Amino acid sequence: MRDAFAKTIHEIAQHDARVVLLSGDIGNRMFDAFKSEFPDRFYNCGVAEANMVTLSAGLASCGLLPVCYTIAPFITYRCMEQIRVDLCYQNLPVVLVGTGAGLSYANLGVTHHSLEDVGMLSTLPNMRIVAPCDRKELTTLLKHIYKTPQPTYLRIGKKGEPDLIEQQAVELGEPTVFSSGTDIALFGTGTIMAEVLLAGKQLQQAGRSVEIANIHTLKPLNQTYLQNLMHRCQRIIVVEEHGKTGGLCSAIADVFARSELKGSAPSFKFLSVENAFSFKFTGDQETLRKFHKIDASAIYNAAIET
Amino acid sequence: MVPNNSVLLQLAAQIRYRIVELSHRNHITHLASSLSCVDILCALYFETLNLSLENINDPQRNRFILSKGHAVLALYAVLEKRGILSADLLNEIGTNNALLGEHPSMNGIAGVEWATGSLGHGLSAGLGMALAAKIQKQSYTVTVLLSDGECNEGSVWEAALFAPKHGLKNLTAIVDYNKWQATGRSQEVMSLEPLAEKWHAFGWNVCEVDGHDFSALTDALNQESPLPKAIIAHTVKGKGVSFMEDDNNWHYRVPKKDELEKARLELLGK
Repeated sequence: MRDAFAKTIHEIAQHDARVVLLSGDIGNRMFDAFKSEFPDRFYNCGVAEANMVTLSAGLASCGLLPVCYTIAPFITYRCMEQIRVDLCYQNLPVVLVGTGAGLSYANLGVTHHSLEDVGMLSTLPNMRIVAPCDRKELTTLLKHIYKTPQPTYLRIGKKGEPDLIEQQAVELGEPTVFSSGTDIALFGTGTIMAEVLLAGKQLQQAGRSVEIANIHTLKPLNQTYLQNLMHRCQRIIVVEEHGKTGGLCSAIADVFARSELKGSAPSFKFLSVENAFSFKFTGDQETLRKFHKIDASAIYNAAIET
Repeated sequence: MVPNNSVLLQLAAQIRYRIVELSHRNHITHLASSLSCVDILCALYFETLNLSLENINDPQRNRFILSKGHAVLALYAVLEKRGILSADLLNEIGTNNALLGEHPSMNGIAGVEWATGSLGHGLSAGLGMALAAKIQKQSYTVTVLLSDGECNEGSVWEAALFAPKHGLKNLTAIVDYNKWQATGRSQEVMSLEPLAEKWHAFGWNVCEVDGHDFSALTDALNQESPLPKAIIAHTVKGKGVSFMEDDNNWHYRVPKKDELEKARLELLGK
């Protein structure tokens, strides 16, 4: 996904002279093509993320459209107040790109996990949060983001994620629907969709009618779509590679609590990471997804449990 | 026409009285922090920045960021004197339902470039503006006023590392070095000294001036440099009112009626 980001932002920059790319001393070779074509529009800001974020806001206040790129925890947790005051309060069009969503960098340890990022940023007024599931969706959504500039957090994976999107329509603010169904609704967000889709296919093979969607635009959430599904499906499974607080599960629970459902309420299963640090052992993304029960088989089991 | 020093002295005294009077009337704190930077702001707004009501929203204007946002009274009183901010608005500062609060905020107020109040943001924001000028091939300058206490913030030094690397000669940082922060001497709270050497070591063109000397301030501000400039302006907290000078109680205290009268006599002589 990182390479798709580098390629797409380069393309966007070729059509829009306002685009300036800032990096927190990572992804150096990835941006070689961008740097050689636009040497005065790429800045390695060093390992100084707080400065990078506020600096990007300064650029934006003068009419530029900056994008800041580094690993998810560093662009979010470390810079929370800069994001709040300089981007969101002043409502400046900066895109923050966090690579290594969720447990992408599982082996690197807790410092590199991003399981609270959506929860933190979703509290901020004016902030838009977008989590594409694969390269193709990332490419489309990034182009859409640049058509309507505002403070945006783009939460992406690292590299080697499977391609998931085939012919599905991808539109910012609209869930990407992989299949329509009336029995079970299976919602995920971002790169965990690989597991969600595997589980969904197994459920369909077992004869269930399953709605599968990537709720990639986490903020603002498409409430109309979610409320319709709450009417249509009796069981709703929500999966995220994020802690249980403040992410997609919290947001959907919130939509449900505020909705006026007619008829019987659906049953919910929320699959997310417990509010605890994974420090007892190390492992790769697959291992930690299994441990936290957000892998395909855990999703399948949650869907068929009574 | 550039005012001469005696005119500036008179303007600065009037601005100081306006600050003290507003602090008394509307119960606005950070009075001494505002008084220490009045002369710096006068040098900027009456000598070097070339900002007026006519060009305050011009994309080519010079930018000024009050990074030490708690000195908002000084900024607003200077903007008022410069004809950029209306007296009616300023009279209501800090009162219920007023547009102006006790830190610069984003309420569409002409002359406020950045919402500050949380320290350590302004220099990075100024860097962004200075870099934007370079990218867009514009000639405007960016000036950021910091407090000495603010130099405790790590983000200030992140910004300080970035600016020389990118040759941002259109950027000036001024430190209002009044030797105090909220709860004590800035040298005692943290080891701030040697402050000028720190900026120098980070690659800035540094000069130290008396922050109450208009000629020295103007010379430093006008000095051409191939590097970003850091002006360490030595100031007195509470400057201009004898019983407030160098007394840190006036970081949070507001003057009573009799104190306002004393200040008026000292500043306006009547």
